[in-house]
Amino acid sequence: MLAPFLWMLATSLKDQTGAMAIPPQWLPNQLHFENYSDVADKFRFGLFTFNSLKISILSTFGQLLSCSLAAYAFARMKFRGKEIIFYALLVTMMIPYQVTMIPVFYVIRLLGWVDSHNALIIPSFFGGTFGGAAFGTFLLRQFFETIPREMEDAATIDGAGKFRIYWDIFLPLSKPALATLGLFVFMGSWNDLLQPVIYLSSYDKMTLTVALASLQSSQETFQYNILMAGTVLSIIPILILFVFMQKYFVKGFVLSGIKG
Amino acid sequence: MKRKLTPYIFLSPILIGMLVLSVGPILVSFIASFTQWDIVSPPQWIGAGNYKEIVSSDLFWQVLRNTFYYVALAVPLTIVLSLFLAIAVNRKLKGIGLFRTVYFLPVVTSMVAVAIVWGWLYNPEYGLINYVLRSWFGVQGPAWLRDPNWAMPAMIIVGVWKALGYNMMIFLAGLQSVPDEYYEAARLDGANTRQRFFSITLPMLTPTIFFVLVVTLIGSFQVFEQTYILTRGGPANATLTISYFIFQNAFQFFRMGYASALAYVLFAIVFVLTLIQLRYQKKWVFYQ
Repeated sequence: MLAPFLWMLATSLKDQTGAMAIPPQWLPNQLHFENYSDVADKFRFGLFTFNSLKISILSTFGQLLSCSLAAYAFARMKFRGKEIIFYALLVTMMIPYQVTMIPVFYVIRLLGWVDSHNALIIPSFFGGTFGGAAFGTFLLRQFFETIPREMEDAATIDGAGKFRIYWDIFLPLSKPALATLGLFVFMGSWNDLLQPVIYLSSYDKMTLTVALASLQSSQETFQYNILMAGTVLSIIPILILFVFMQKYFVKGFVLSGIKG
Repeated sequence: MKRKLTPYIFLSPILIGMLVLSVGPILVSFIASFTQWDIVSPPQWIGAGNYKEIVSSDLFWQVLRNTFYYVALAVPLTIVLSLFLAIAVNRKLKGIGLFRTVYFLPVVTSMVAVAIVWGWLYNPEYGLINYVLRSWFGVQGPAWLRDPNWAMPAMIIVGVWKALGYNMMIFLAGLQSVPDEYYEAARLDGANTRQRFFSITLPMLTPTIFFVLVVTLIGSFQVFEQTYILTRGGPANATLTISYFIFQNAFQFFRMGYASALAYVLFAIVFVLTLIQLRYQKKWVFYQ
């Protein structure tokens, strides 16, 4: 299970000849930490990490916002078309992404967001492109429904409007659910390859995933140690998140199953 | 007046999103599948032209064969291996945190990173896998990703490996939900381990197996990153699956109409398969 990761780590610290040694050596002769600084500077992985971080954080924020707003409406309000919209949302989750990706590309192009991070960030403020809206809304709605009504009743008596109740009561109380959903969205965005590949073309705008992919294809033969260093770098943030927020991650995965 | 609109205001981001990013595109895509369209110029109506081309294209049928090859191997392998692992692991309760980190690592890591590492492992000259085959088993390993016969199995292994942790966790949850009393009763009746497994564990697990089956099946039709990183569909189109084929046609050849038609074919296949599974579940899934 772990072997590929250990191998990756070991290779990332070797020098070039060490990485290509036959027979392969497990441990490097010397720890070449400069592979990491090389990859960050010469190969500009520092910039790409920043891009990925920016996109992932903003997308997470956007998705949490849009989904929680909708979830609140589903959990606490009555309105015409509630059922229809709910089922429509459900249906969108079941469509393979290939069906929507082309027209969405066209829309993004019309908006002039091709080769801009906007293409990757702004849609999440409307629920995200690949079924994320439904998942997030359902998850949060489920959670909201467990919040006791007494809380809002007291606030309503004090004259609070729906939005204040949402913002001051529901959101703070939902931190675990928001964390779970947020992690999921962050992970999806951080690891995403398809959308950056489709939308981004400028070198400066690349995300880690695309950068890694091009690094790999250009290193066809030689600097595997650098490539592995880059790969390790791309995993570190998500790994750190995972170690500290494990239970939220697992919960998110389990809940994604309930949708099925 | 304002009060009646409030729900819709709350819903507006998601509603707009649904329209522009989901429902709208689903319809547009359908219409586009009857056109020839390169995005830069206006689409041109060609009726069933794309669909005719699909049916008569040798390449398409190879893509379909490849896709089903992947699915037919990846899905059972995933289910059987994760189930096996879950059973093997069901006893250990100490150090659950560290253990979970280990088996979840492939799941949270990007497929890009995973594929790159495995690509390196698969390297015929310098890779660890062929080295192990040579030195431990005295076998000359194949050229893996460069060999048309071995590229697909190699890809399948990567896909299965990555999903193991997730599915194992799901099976673990399923295993732990089987009431102990059932096993007690069986033991009292003199059932041995094998009998207990096949008469209690397996039937009780069928809903979980069904879930894993459906999810893995749908996912296996959408394999993209592995292909992009490891083979780009080669060698000789051996690993060209429908998901990557659609991507190629849309964003490399800019044949949006054709790609849309392909996407709908994919949709139809997945839809039918899911329906079949839902129909059949009554026959083998045991619900309480």
